[in-house]
Amino acid sequence: MAARIEIEPGQCVGAAQCVLTASELFDQDEDGYVVVLNKEPAGDEQLDHARTAEMICPSQSIVLVED
Amino acid sequence: MSTTDQETVPFLLRGPGKPFPPPEYVEMREREGLARAVLPSGEPVWLVTRHEDVRKVLTDKRISSNPDHEGFPRPLKTGGVPSAKEVPGWFVSLDSPEHDRFRKALIPEFTVRRIRELRPAIQDVVDRSIDAMLAQGDTADLVEDFALSVPSLVISMLLGVPPVDRDFFEAKTKVLVTITSTDEERTKANEHLMRYINRLITLRLKRPGDDLLSRLIKNDVLTTEELSGVAMLLLIAGHETTANNIALGAVTLMQNPEWIGDDRAVEEILRIHSVADIVALRVAIEDVEIGGQLIKAGEGIVPLMAAANHDEKQYACPADFDPSRSARAHVAFGYGIHQCLGQNLVRVEMELAYRTLFERVPTLRIAVPVEELPFKYDGVLYGLHALPVTW
Repeated sequence: MAARIEIEPGQCVGAAQCVLTASELFDQDEDGYVVVLNKEPAGDEQLDHARTAEMICPSQSIVLVED
Repeated sequence: MSTTDQETVPFLLRGPGKPFPPPEYVEMREREGLARAVLPSGEPVWLVTRHEDVRKVLTDKRISSNPDHEGFPRPLKTGGVPSAKEVPGWFVSLDSPEHDRFRKALIPEFTVRRIRELRPAIQDVVDRSIDAMLAQGDTADLVEDFALSVPSLVISMLLGVPPVDRDFFEAKTKVLVTITSTDEERTKANEHLMRYINRLITLRLKRPGDDLLSRLIKNDVLTTEELSGVAMLLLIAGHETTANNIALGAVTLMQNPEWIGDDRAVEEILRIHSVADIVALRVAIEDVEIGGQLIKAGEGIVPLMAAANHDEKQYACPADFDPSRSARAHVAFGYGIHQCLGQNLVRVEMELAYRTLFERVPTLRIAVPVEELPFKYDGVLYGLHALPVTW
């Protein structure tokens, strides 16, 4: 099972909830907007973090595609 | 579906001796559709209590934050949320895309990295507040002497208020949020602060410093009038909210000392107390269905954050203080594009406040029985008017 993180462009409001949840997967650029550090979370812990980040993102910018 | 003759509940369900969140929220979450309440003004509003529904309300583009729309809830007899027409720069009252220019200008000031850089300065503020409290003797009001001072000093530092003016700034902001202030005192303090902020902006136009206002001036995306509104908004939004969390959280930690020193307590304190229960007011600008209820265009909506954060479907045994649970999905800071801009700053303020307070004053205890504490039943925000402590 592979998973990848996609970002809805132009939606991020820089609340950084993803960074707080999964600093190994997400960061903020100089303007404060989301940057994906690792598009393909692997292992239970990273997947779990990615799911939480998707769920709590206030602007619903994060889409975790699991197939 | 919606009926206009539906039974109504009072808007403010808090009261002396009653637990918070109000127990009525349990039944309201379980019933079909939404609950209907009548504001003191006589206007009806929809109350939203389920976690899932609150998140829907706060992200649906057919639901607006703009008080200029007909039907926007006005829970207070006077005043209420100003629109961005009344106070330029009051961007919590704007929808996308008008709102986005303001948020974009401010995000760089509140990134995780920037807040991390501020930690030593915040620690210094916390230390100085505790020094002053300890110098007074062996009793204090933890609200006035600590919980209110920390955010006030942090905001004045962010805005670039010169140290020599910080006592003035703190004194005026305290008048704004103290319940015993008269309307007249509050209006006067507000005027003084507005005048002071305008003077500060004029100063920074000529002599830029290393602070938020100077950087916003340099970026040149906001007018001087908007800058002044933004500065007031940051002051109001970051002050009493943070103070209430610090004070209520200190009580919770004194009652649950096994969690002192565990930083996970911060997230659970935010969830369990949900001080900004009734802050996110909204109005439908098109017909929209939420939680099986038709809300018509022009009807007011109040998503209740404390109700959502105590939804049994989201949190098992929601009244239990359990920092080991995963509380991260809470809506204590709201949800959607208006989710609190300063939330990561608040988290650090709370973390450093608790850690330092209990390290430096390990014998800290509440000086009266908990049930005698003056909780804020009457304010917009939930919290404590005072917290007598001794050590």
